[in-house]
Amino acid sequence: MNQQLATQLTFSVNGEPVSPQAVSPAMTLLEYLRLSGRAGTKEGCGDGDCGACTVALIGARADGNPQYQAVNSCLIPLGAVAGRQVLTADGITQGRIPKSPLAKEPVTVDQLHPVQGAMVETGGSQCGYCTPGFIMSLFAAYYNGGPDDLAVEGNLCRCTGYLPIRRAAQQVAQTLVVDQFSQQLAAASTELLPVACPGPDTQFYRPTQLSEVLALMQQHPDATLVAGATDLGLEMSWHRQHYPVLISLEAVAELTQMHQTEDAVTIGAAVPLSHIETTLHGVFPSLDEMIHWFAARQVRNRATLGGNIGTASPIGDLPPVLLSLEASLTLSGPGGERTLPLADFFTGYRQTELQPGEVIVSVQIPRTPAPGTARRLAQSYKIGKRGTDDISIVAAAFVVDVDADNTILQARLGYGGVAATPARATAAEDFLVGQPWAMETVQAVKPLLQEAFTPMTDLRGSAEYRQRLVVNLFEKFFVEFP
Amino acid sequence: MSPVGKPKSHESAVGHVSGTAVYTDDQREPAGMLSLYPVLSPHAHATITRLEVAPALAVPGCVTVLTAADVPGENNTGVIIHDEVLLPTDEVVHYGQVVAWAVGETEAAAREAAAHIQVEYDPLPAIKTVHEAIAADSYHNDPQIIRRGDTEAALAQATHSFAGEVDIGGQDHFYLETQASWVIPDGEGNLQVFASTQHPTETQEIVARVLGLPKNQVVCTCLRMGGGFGGKESQANPFAAAAALATYKTGRPARCRLRRHQDMLITGKRHGFFGQYEVGFDDQGKITAMNALLVADGGWSLDLSPPVLMRAMLHVDNAYYVPNLVVEGRIAKTNRVSNTAYRGFGGPQGMIVVEEVVDRIARTLNLPPDVVRERNFYYGEGETCTTHYGQEIVDNRLDRVWAEAKQQSDYMARRAAIAAFNETNLYQKRGLAITPVKFGISFNKVQYNQAGALVLIYTDGSIQVNHGGTEMGQGLHTKMIQVAAKALGVNIERIRLMSTSTDKVPNTSATAASSGSDLNGQAVKNACEILRDRLAVVAVRMLNLDAPEDMVFEDDWIYCRTYPSARIAFDEVVQQTYSERISLSATGFYRTPNIFWDAKLAKGRPFYYFAYGAAVSEVEVDGFTGTFKLRQVDIVHDVGESINPLVDRGQIEGGFVQGMGWLTMEELVWDGEGRLRTFAPSTYKIPTISEVPEKFTIHLLQRAAQDGVIYGSKAVGEPPFMLAMSVREAIRAAVAAFGDADFVPLGLPATPEATLWAIERVKAAVSQGQPVNIVS
Repeated sequence: MNQQLATQLTFSVNGEPVSPQAVSPAMTLLEYLRLSGRAGTKEGCGDGDCGACTVALIGARADGNPQYQAVNSCLIPLGAVAGRQVLTADGITQGRIPKSPLAKEPVTVDQLHPVQGAMVETGGSQCGYCTPGFIMSLFAAYYNGGPDDLAVEGNLCRCTGYLPIRRAAQQVAQTLVVDQFSQQLAAASTELLPVACPGPDTQFYRPTQLSEVLALMQQHPDATLVAGATDLGLEMSWHRQHYPVLISLEAVAELTQMHQTEDAVTIGAAVPLSHIETTLHGVFPSLDEMIHWFAARQVRNRATLGGNIGTASPIGDLPPVLLSLEASLTLSGPGGERTLPLADFFTGYRQTELQPGEVIVSVQIPRTPAPGTARRLAQSYKIGKRGTDDISIVAAAFVVDVDADNTILQARLGYGGVAATPARATAAEDFLVGQPWAMETVQAVKPLLQEAFTPMTDLRGSAEYRQRLVVNLFEKFFVEFP
Repeated sequence: MSPVGKPKSHESAVGHVSGTAVYTDDQREPAGMLSLYPVLSPHAHATITRLEVAPALAVPGCVTVLTAADVPGENNTGVIIHDEVLLPTDEVVHYGQVVAWAVGETEAAAREAAAHIQVEYDPLPAIKTVHEAIAADSYHNDPQIIRRGDTEAALAQATHSFAGEVDIGGQDHFYLETQASWVIPDGEGNLQVFASTQHPTETQEIVARVLGLPKNQVVCTCLRMGGGFGGKESQANPFAAAAALATYKTGRPARCRLRRHQDMLITGKRHGFFGQYEVGFDDQGKITAMNALLVADGGWSLDLSPPVLMRAMLHVDNAYYVPNLVVEGRIAKTNRVSNTAYRGFGGPQGMIVVEEVVDRIARTLNLPPDVVRERNFYYGEGETCTTHYGQEIVDNRLDRVWAEAKQQSDYMARRAAIAAFNETNLYQKRGLAITPVKFGISFNKVQYNQAGALVLIYTDGSIQVNHGGTEMGQGLHTKMIQVAAKALGVNIERIRLMSTSTDKVPNTSATAASSGSDLNGQAVKNACEILRDRLAVVAVRMLNLDAPEDMVFEDDWIYCRTYPSARIAFDEVVQQTYSERISLSATGFYRTPNIFWDAKLAKGRPFYYFAYGAAVSEVEVDGFTGTFKLRQVDIVHDVGESINPLVDRGQIEGGFVQGMGWLTMEELVWDGEGRLRTFAPSTYKIPTISEVPEKFTIHLLQRAAQDGVIYGSKAVGEPPFMLAMSVREAIRAAVAAFGDADFVPLGLPATPEATLWAIERVKAAVSQGQPVNIVS
């Protein structure tokens, strides 16, 4: 590793450099902020689901330029914050030199940031507890094209019904932005320097090369890999488990790249979903659609494709899409690199092909339809109790290639939430090949879809409902793409 | 300019947006503060066979463990009857019940210690649902009955009749700030409690009871709450009591703040209800008789269930005149959290039943539901405008809000457009519905309808206002500043609204029942007027005039009504008043007049007045999945003469969206062992911004001043919650469009799954050519 290696945690909070002593790098940023007296940032759930703890970090946009990113501070371990700039709602009032974070001097209206002022004016706060989180989501969006509903869909408010918050967002969306924060942003570096932080009870490494990751994994067989920490962060937030060694993949060059060729797209395993969202927009419509429904902005800013696959949730949301697109994975380990179809990766409930010492490097998605294809029809669907930011009851993704005579050449039907792993309805796929893309075919395949899976009943939905969705979503797909 | 009636931003808005508004657990920690962490029961019902704390005490940083044996006073936090142990001795009665509290130097130490407390249980059979309770005859109370007319005879003679059932789900409050309390001893045996509580007086009382102290040794202060909605009315008490117990045992300050999962597992929620009805009606769709049974899921202890049930029974009519009505209510005793106050306080559950009935009548007779609704409204005077509990509605504004809502929403044209849409669309159907709300304002219990205030003027002219109400986001403090500023004729910048504290205003009522502004506003006004009268006497002397009653207080000046040029600055008069040794502080008091309730007869005038509203909602339902999209909402609501239109609109918008969440997505799920499975925002879904339509209009009813209420305003906290019934009815209308059924049962909440099954039922009814008669 190079010589700039940081051996202790340093970062900045509202421009003030901090080097927490005797603090675990597995402690969440929220816990640190509050324990250090910075109570302006609130804990609403500790699950990354309510957004009350939202702060802004300076991070790289998909094009490498710096941007403010809203993140859930309850999910991000301090190790991942090393070297970064953190901004919170109590640090963005204008022209105010941050003093002691404990000093609660009164803030006056004219010192407020425009997003804060708009929220005051529209009545965007009632109890005020979710407000600092909304402010930071709006703040990040303010410097990134202007706030809209999407900017705050990861922030729950129980008081206002969101209407005044929407008005506030619309009010500042029209403002032209050149101020101290845009200047601070322009001057910021997004390079993530390597970190090797011993920590009192957790060692935290942030290497920059894949070879270093593999070496560290050899050295520390008990190590846990972490990227965006939107899943692992939950365990940290709730202190469910102790992590002796954490290896961050965020800064690893080989894992954070995307390549597009005519035939395929390769996405590094540690690329955040928000980068995929912008860079690949329009390339795979069914992927666009699913990313849109995938969690919320704060999570997409941190969550990675590799993490979403590696955690091997039976639902996953993106795996069904990737299954329908016939994606494959490249893994790297002590024995070298290997590539396998995603369909072969999941071996059981939360079980995968990944061997000890191995890491997911990238995902390849082919762009070429079956030979002879005249039309490729593709879409994905996510059904939850709530449309936005929910865990799927059923996620489904379909790709159907038809020839000029409207005959199905190939069909890929990926589902999540209906089996121990994300899975394809292969019997139905086989049946469809050679049939006309027509309502009669859809009706004829229904019995096979009905029997394709034996889902479970849980708090999200009954087995019967899931089974019905497996069938109905495919029919819906046909109706939308006849 | 009068400060009343202006759309003033929340008095803490600047603090909210800048993260500088301080909540209970945000305060600067006193030295030596301890933290509490709970051990929760893993069983819905079990005998505790062993409770071993020694391993926990060995954990570094663990200071002590609190069990029932530590309680010096009464180990009970029950508010109506004493049936709610703070810490159990031999039995746990719901999943998530606190068995013991670990106390540590830090939260981390307390958490680690809690993990080392060893508890063993012998599971017992549990009553896991309201239906199991009914089957087992497990109730907290005797049947309550309200009766009007001869329902039995009227049912027998009815032209049409039907009977049905409805299961109504509960709701988690999901206030963003979880329960939090700090207790700080003064070293002389007195305690300062800081609690996120809607009812500081009761929190004070419970802490005193548990510790065996007189109330005057306990001061309870509420800085502000990060949301309440009823969930911090009684539910805040046990956590303050636990922290106080830690302080009592150790002599050190202690904090108790729940994490989200704990909060959702431990605390009570909106009552789920089971409703049954039998209804008679004529060819016009007018209800001639209704017999209703309401069974509330009270949970393991009584808590506030009796008044919740009573309010449900008092609102089973909603806006409708039912000449013969009998409603019976019971409170089921189950092995679940003890259900509690939640915005609407039973009213929404009662109303759901009659709205279910009215829609079913409409579909049975093939009449538009909005027509059947208006045909059944209370009307005229006397009998036809008198409720089943004998209160005449003297200010009936139903026709006004209804007509205005139809007009504002362009209801008739849209109804036709939606019918056309549904003709041509096979897979998606739209539904439009309008529903009314009539909600009674006052605490059901007459004695709670009182309030106090304490207003202090300092010699520099700055003012402190104290009152008994608490601020949970509803804008009460903002309105109270406006009231005080108007009453004293001063600029609002002079006024500082103080934290609610039991040493400033004693013996207060909960900030609940939408009554905060009505009650405390009058008390604040009363205190200000007492002070104004004193200042007027001094001002008259200073101006060499002789009629204090002619003094006008406005914009920081005091002047004579008849000679406005004779005026003097407020500050000068204040200074002179002090010099003349006249008191610059006063208490104010208010009690609501003209309300009474005969509990034996179940008759009276329990409500000072009614709040009215009407809402029109339009949805589109997907026939493949059962998902819906709310397309448009138009609301007309009666807030009287608004003290603060910005705050009132916020209450209407927020209440509506919260109600929509309850009715469409917020589903509490228990497993077969009686364990709550939805205890986090990942599993319990409240609305996000994306569920709220762009087209959302609110019209405040104009020329609506309410006599006898503070500056002509009306209560607004709860009534708008029930406007969301229009969303449920719109979904029902859309579901109905998939078939042709004369009954469209719909789950509560109407989740996508419930809605899909409802669609399948109406489709099946068509294919079988017969009406659906399945009860969800």
